[in-house]
Amino acid sequence: MVAQGRRGHIASAFSVVEILVVLYDYIMSYRPGEPTWPLRDRFILSKGHGCLAQYALLADKGFFPKTLYEGFCKPDGILGGHPEEKVPGVEAPTGSLGHGLSIGVGFALNARLDDTAYRTYILLGDGECGEGSIWEAAMGAAKHKLDNLYVLIDYNKLMSFGPTSEVWNLEPFADKWRAFGFTTHEVDMVKEPLALKELLSGPPETGKPTAVICHTIKGYGVPFMEHNLDWHHKSRISDEDIARVLAYLEDGHA
Amino acid sequence: MRKRGLATIHDLARTHREVLYIGSDVGKGTLAEFQQELPNQYFVEGIAEAHVIGMAAGLAANGKIPFVNTIATFLTRRCYDQLAVDVCLGNRNVRLYANGGGLVYAPLGPTHLATEDIALMCALPNMTVLAPCDADEMERAIRTSANYQGPIYFRVARGGDKIVSQSRLGFTIGRALVMREGGDLLLLTTGVTCQIALEVAEALAQQGVATTVIHNHTVKPLDTETLKAYLGKIPYVMSLEEHSLQGGLGAGVARLIAEGARHPTGCFKMLGIPDVFPDGYGRQENLMAKYGLEREAILANLRSWMHG
Repeated sequence: MVAQGRRGHIASAFSVVEILVVLYDYIMSYRPGEPTWPLRDRFILSKGHGCLAQYALLADKGFFPKTLYEGFCKPDGILGGHPEEKVPGVEAPTGSLGHGLSIGVGFALNARLDDTAYRTYILLGDGECGEGSIWEAAMGAAKHKLDNLYVLIDYNKLMSFGPTSEVWNLEPFADKWRAFGFTTHEVDMVKEPLALKELLSGPPETGKPTAVICHTIKGYGVPFMEHNLDWHHKSRISDEDIARVLAYLEDGHA
Repeated sequence: MRKRGLATIHDLARTHREVLYIGSDVGKGTLAEFQQELPNQYFVEGIAEAHVIGMAAGLAANGKIPFVNTIATFLTRRCYDQLAVDVCLGNRNVRLYANGGGLVYAPLGPTHLATEDIALMCALPNMTVLAPCDADEMERAIRTSANYQGPIYFRVARGGDKIVSQSRLGFTIGRALVMREGGDLLLLTTGVTCQIALEVAEALAQQGVATTVIHNHTVKPLDTETLKAYLGKIPYVMSLEEHSLQGGLGAGVARLIAEGARHPTGCFKMLGIPDVFPDGYGRQENLMAKYGLEREAILANLRSWMHG
């Protein structure tokens, strides 16, 4: 995709790959051939700029053919720099940060109204939690006792300009989610990614939404990209850079 | 109008399970009977408009038709990004029930005056913008909306407005209503300026001036077909709106005229609120008078214009 579009939030996408793999491989029920299957679990990538990872997962699971990669960020493509519902498997347009959790509260409330058992998973960026609307939504989720709602936070601790600790401090982060009424967990997605699977496999605490703070590394898997602000968003990406990234990724698979 | 609209939402919810009511910290006891009768379709949320709109979009994405009820300024300015991205981009069936459109909250000052709401809503693709003139018309608008695809902004007036709409004219979203006909002057209205225009037309009739009044309860999509037909045959055209002159009904009509829809010797004047934050308190009618939006001022304006 990046070779086609020559741009993208690559490091932001690599930060969430493990979270998405756990969700799509082990946790969520869905039908790739019937993306609007009413009983599917719902997922919203609220940090829409991480969409390269979601596109890869959706294509891998068969929601659309990988040939669509060729249109990434191109005039006639459907895969844009932020995800939209014209992409099969995408539930809401995201990219304007701070929206996904409120939409997720609506999804989760709807499940209760319709007496259906689907669950709703919302993936937030850490910097995104600076948006006041996230905390409005958190209060709403707690008010409605939405135990069918799961918030996953990609805590890579880097914003576009610099570290969250310097730009917009989130700590004490877990305490904030607890104070807002969430059953709150923390997992290290680098050292033990499958701990997230364990957490999400069990039943939730009755009457409370769940938050999981996922400790991640921005650009994980490509050493020169990890923790490197130059790669938050990059355009005019060269052949050489792409070759270097692929070399590391292929090494990782070996 | 406000109460009738809410009662109509309640009634609609009885026959349409997908219709939901979401209040954002409105007055105590609002629609208490609704809550009692249909508790699963009734929500009261906090002072969190951005979140409430996102939540409504999430419900609408799953087949619900939520009516969000709060004050117009907070339902437009505060959550504009959510309206654009969560609601309009996906053409969701979210209904905005916007209390105090225009100068209704005059005593509360500019924080509560919605004088640019129509412009803001018209600028959003997929948004339909309705400004009924009285309670009867609001009821028709809400009943009609049950089978309408896409988001709708309902501009709600103060309440107790004189009933001038006529059921025999029907109500179709996007279709303007010709309230009376005459060949000298064309008055174009939306919302409660319909009442004022009818009074003006009546007074002018005594003086031998024949007036057509076209009421545009739908500002978007504007009924260009009806408007063009009358703009082409009546020389004097005046738009009247309880809204900024920027981006409201008058601006839409001006565009039609600029594009060629006009009487060969026709001229056009826009009455509304100038590009200011209204200064002063009092009541709605005090601010309406301040901006020349009352019967006598409009008559004087027309006299000097048409005979000047």
